[in-house]
Amino acid sequence: MRWHKIYALCLRHVYLISNSLPRIIDLIYWPTVQIFLWGFISKFFTLNSEYYSNTVGIILTAAILYDFLFRVSISYNIMFLEEIWSRNFTNLFIAPIKLSEMIASLTITAVFRSLIGLIPAALLAIPLFGVSVFKIGLPLLALLFSLYIFGVTLGLLVTAGLLRFGPSFENIAWASLFFLAPLGCIYYPVEILPLSLQIIAKGLPLVHVFEEMRNILLNGTVNYFEIFISILISIAYFVFGVIIFYMAYFGARVRGTLINMGE
Amino acid sequence: MSIEIKNLSKKFNEVYAVKNINFTIGVNKTIGLLGPNGCGKTTSIGMMLGLIKPTTGDIIIQNKNINTFERNKLLSIMNFASPYVELPKKLSVKQNLQIYGRLYGVNDLSLRIDELAEDLNLKDFINKKTGELSSGQKNRVSLAKSLINKPEILLLDEPTASLDPDIGDYVRSYVQTYKSKNKVTILLASHNMAEVERLCDSVIMMKKGKIIDQGTSKEIINRHGRANLEETFLKIVRSEDEVA
Repeated sequence: MRWHKIYALCLRHVYLISNSLPRIIDLIYWPTVQIFLWGFISKFFTLNSEYYSNTVGIILTAAILYDFLFRVSISYNIMFLEEIWSRNFTNLFIAPIKLSEMIASLTITAVFRSLIGLIPAALLAIPLFGVSVFKIGLPLLALLFSLYIFGVTLGLLVTAGLLRFGPSFENIAWASLFFLAPLGCIYYPVEILPLSLQIIAKGLPLVHVFEEMRNILLNGTVNYFEIFISILISIAYFVFGVIIFYMAYFGARVRGTLINMGE
Repeated sequence: MSIEIKNLSKKFNEVYAVKNINFTIGVNKTIGLLGPNGCGKTTSIGMMLGLIKPTTGDIIIQNKNINTFERNKLLSIMNFASPYVELPKKLSVKQNLQIYGRLYGVNDLSLRIDELAEDLNLKDFINKKTGELSSGQKNRVSLAKSLINKPEILLLDEPTASLDPDIGDYVRSYVQTYKSKNKVTILLASHNMAEVERLCDSVIMMKKGKIIDQGTSKEIINRHGRANLEETFLKIVRSEDEVA
């Protein structure tokens, strides 16, 4: 991989964002709305639920972490869709860049794009609701890393779908994360799910991340094994996502869809 | 750089888009690819750019097979322009050229952008967003992008489509001047017969995925007994017979 090419691909998205105030506002607006919404819900549950009575803001923290995952995945998809919308797809795929460089640039840019929205929202939650996601401490970085890898994986799978099925797959891009949310046990413990679904849910990194987040905030202890498992599962999915993306690319070359994508 | 196309075919489902075509483009030559819509021109260009995998056959660029040689090395000496492929609209002309210059690993990029801006008259709108430009301006920007890496092989797909005669003539003159100053092999797909006659050393006529005639414009015109290339094109396209 050549870093100057990855840098050039990242630069394209940096220019896109920095050239447009509405885009910057859009990046910050939705995470902030989420914080307000879940902040008030969180406050209500804190006052009316025994389960949450000793830990203020458990739902809000979950909302912030879930929003990070959502932003990473959506950022990845949007950046890829931007190339289709702007009919730049062919130019990009005939440039002397490797697929790995393209994946790396999208992966790197996705995290910055997500943090632009998330950091102000997370900081806003401190004075507004007295909730700090940073209370999790250093394990927060590991949890975010796991979510980041899984978010990128979802992005890879959706972009593979766009390569395979064309722009009509765009709707799936928006809905992709909502398919997994019920099994992710973001706002409730895994025990709530029926036993059969619990088995499936444990195959996702989300359950391990959010269970551990609750464990840290409720019990004040850190189960590093659980964090390790979540990262391991995320990486396994990532490898799977990369394979699917490559397969979709080579399939698109056979079907000839790369040349008229976006037309 | 020379290009050799050997027994190249592409089948989508059970239909041949390109069927067993063979031709060679010599070093520093310009070849025109002519044919009605759907005759396989874009598919052929797509295969040469590595965007479409051929069903059978080989594309050999300077003795290197594009299917087996490292694709990126070949792509770094090639480029492509088409009015149907655009650059990101929300980025300025300069930003787009900077990005593609970096992707193609251009040395002295600022200097190269200045050169192209001067040659293609981009200076007045170099800092304007690409989406805000007129078709003629966009076309020149697209051409600038295709020349950013000083390609040794240039593929042009209808480069003057939808341009007014003045700008169309400007682009054709520029391509001619550029070719006279630089060693570049050009494949030009076009529906503009006068353009092909003016720019191309030889012409390939395609119909239903096959090459039905090739030679210099003059040779083809004489072979079909017509007054010019446009009349020859119409005769070939409307005829049921195929010329060997």
